Amino acid sequence: MSNEHVFDKYLRQDKLPHMWCPGCGNGIVINAMIRAIEKTGINQDDVVVVSGIGCSSRANGYVDFCGLHTNHGRALPYATGVKMQNPNLKVIVVTGDGDCTSIGGNHFIHACRRNIDITTIVFNNNNYGMTGGQFSPTTPTNSKTKTTVYGNIDTPFDICNLAQTAGASYVARSTVYHATMLVNQIAEAINHKGFSVVEAVCDCPTLFGRLNKIGAAPEMLLNFKDRAVTVAQSKKMTQEELQGKIVIGKFLEDAERPEYSDRYQDVINIAKGGK
Amino acid sequence: MAEKFEIMTGNEACTRAAMAAGMNFFAGYPITPATEIAELSSEWLPKIGGKYMQMEDELAAIAAVIGASCAGAKAMTATSGPGYSLMQENLGYAMVAEVPLVVAYAMRQGPCQGVATMPAQGDIMQVKWGVHGDHPVIAVAPDSVSEVYSETIRAFNLAEKYRNPVFILTDAMLAHMSERVRIPDASEYEVVNRKRPTVDPKDFKPYEDDGTGIPPMASFGDGYRWYVSGLIHDETGFPVANNPQLTSNVVKHICGKIDNNVADIEKYEEYMTEDAEILFVSIGLVSRSVKDAIQQARREGIKAGLFRPITVWPFPETRLAELSKKVKKVVVCEMNEGQLYHVVRESTGNTPVEQVTQNTGKIITADTVLAAIREAE
Repeated sequence: MSNEHVFDKYLRQDKLPHMWCPGCGNGIVINAMIRAIEKTGINQDDVVVVSGIGCSSRANGYVDFCGLHTNHGRALPYATGVKMQNPNLKVIVVTGDGDCTSIGGNHFIHACRRNIDITTIVFNNNNYGMTGGQFSPTTPTNSKTKTTVYGNIDTPFDICNLAQTAGASYVARSTVYHATMLVNQIAEAINHKGFSVVEAVCDCPTLFGRLNKIGAAPEMLLNFKDRAVTVAQSKKMTQEELQGKIVIGKFLEDAERPEYSDRYQDVINIAKGGK
Repeated sequence: MAEKFEIMTGNEACTRAAMAAGMNFFAGYPITPATEIAELSSEWLPKIGGKYMQMEDELAAIAAVIGASCAGAKAMTATSGPGYSLMQENLGYAMVAEVPLVVAYAMRQGPCQGVATMPAQGDIMQVKWGVHGDHPVIAVAPDSVSEVYSETIRAFNLAEKYRNPVFILTDAMLAHMSERVRIPDASEYEVVNRKRPTVDPKDFKPYEDDGTGIPPMASFGDGYRWYVSGLIHDETGFPVANNPQLTSNVVKHICGKIDNNVADIEKYEEYMTEDAEILFVSIGLVSRSVKDAIQQARREGIKAGLFRPITVWPFPETRLAELSKKVKKVVVCEMNEGQLYHVVRESTGNTPVEQVTQNTGKIITADTVLAAIREAE
């Protein structure tokens, strides 16, 4: 490990300051991501960070790796093409709750199903920030957004449940309050061979926090602290007790499931006349 | 060396030629009448260590093709109208980000689901204008299985050379019919590979003009740390908002790659045009019916000829403008409600332009064209 600070090594200083609002949690997630990359010791030139559209998808512009900033919801299929063409690359997708589970929802479940070796970091701030705070598939029921001014009638997705059910082989959640846990989870996810999902519950004080009167960034982070329960704690709790809680920790790590680009190598071997 | 001939379908010729041109990645989604290209790719690509991906939909298919191309692949997808409609947003990305790729597009009848198994030419304008905003398009339209083979190789070469999507427009009939194809030896054709950067990685700017108008392209993982975006970007590849001059420059650059190289890209065939008084314009398989009709008309003393754009886009307008000055009338023959017709009229000055159109899902026959020729007389 060099003596260079992670910020100097991995942030594109010429692209700063970032475009996000004061108090936005996205910076904490980027911070966690580069610290995790530093922990894994992977070569900076072997990392490709792929994103879609939205606040969180601007994240790959601030980090000094190869970057593919794609269309709304499409980061995962672009990343799939990158990974399949060059399986030696570490492909990380940075995406948001809307990008990943609404417009990109179909790509997300299929990437999980394939168990292709891509790490997906979902910045979940419970609303569409870039367009000004409309409800997303993870907006809690009854919450206020710009398009649910009378309260949200939808039932939100649980991203980690969705990922596990669809076939991802590493699934974890943390919040921007629990930043150290987030670093460790992202590092584990990167080291994991298979499709890994880390949900980073993220504050959006400008929109979601303000519209729901949660407060500014410090109050939102303390709100995450208060609502967080560990996976172990959650198993002893009833559904009623879990209402409004954020379950954090690792839900799944399955190293046995065959990874897609490895399995494709088997196809190549068979096609070439091997067994 | 003995010449090699084989009988194959249009879709098989397309896949064979793609392999000959260096395709090593295919991502697709099954759709009639293009599916055989996916099937054959799934069988043949792993034999050379290449990759085939069947994605969850066409949005994902073209996205994976773009991702693979950015990682260095020569990549293709194959589709038809409904799938092509879904690909628009990501095709726009490839045009703005200048990512080489090839789309084999077997046209089928009708809007929406139409008639999946029947040929048509209703997507000539969609290929040019399906993507929003101003953008560059290269599309070739072969008229035979043999030409599918040769134009597919050329499509890959043009994609690599100009860093742009290239479309091979066939139809349900050409895709599925079998003809004798002369398989060229590898020594007979050129295989173009994209220009790679040679500068020190720390000096690399992915969209910096090297004087040729087409910047060299790195691949993810080859030591060049570069950024690709679908937003208007500067020479570093990073988005720039609120810079009117740069915005205009980027659009002019991507469109100019095609507009400034028309002589290299465009291709057309002239058939009996020397003394023609009636000039037909048609593309693809239909032009063979037109040729048959022209032969019969000539036996009746009617001087007809054919101008066949092989590149539909860019449309070979300069040559058509020259030819149209020498004829009494131009007749556009196409399997739609009249699409090429409007393009032709832009190039034909005061020469009258008539139409033969048919939207039945059946190829326009020589008899139909001959009747039109007699009427035109």
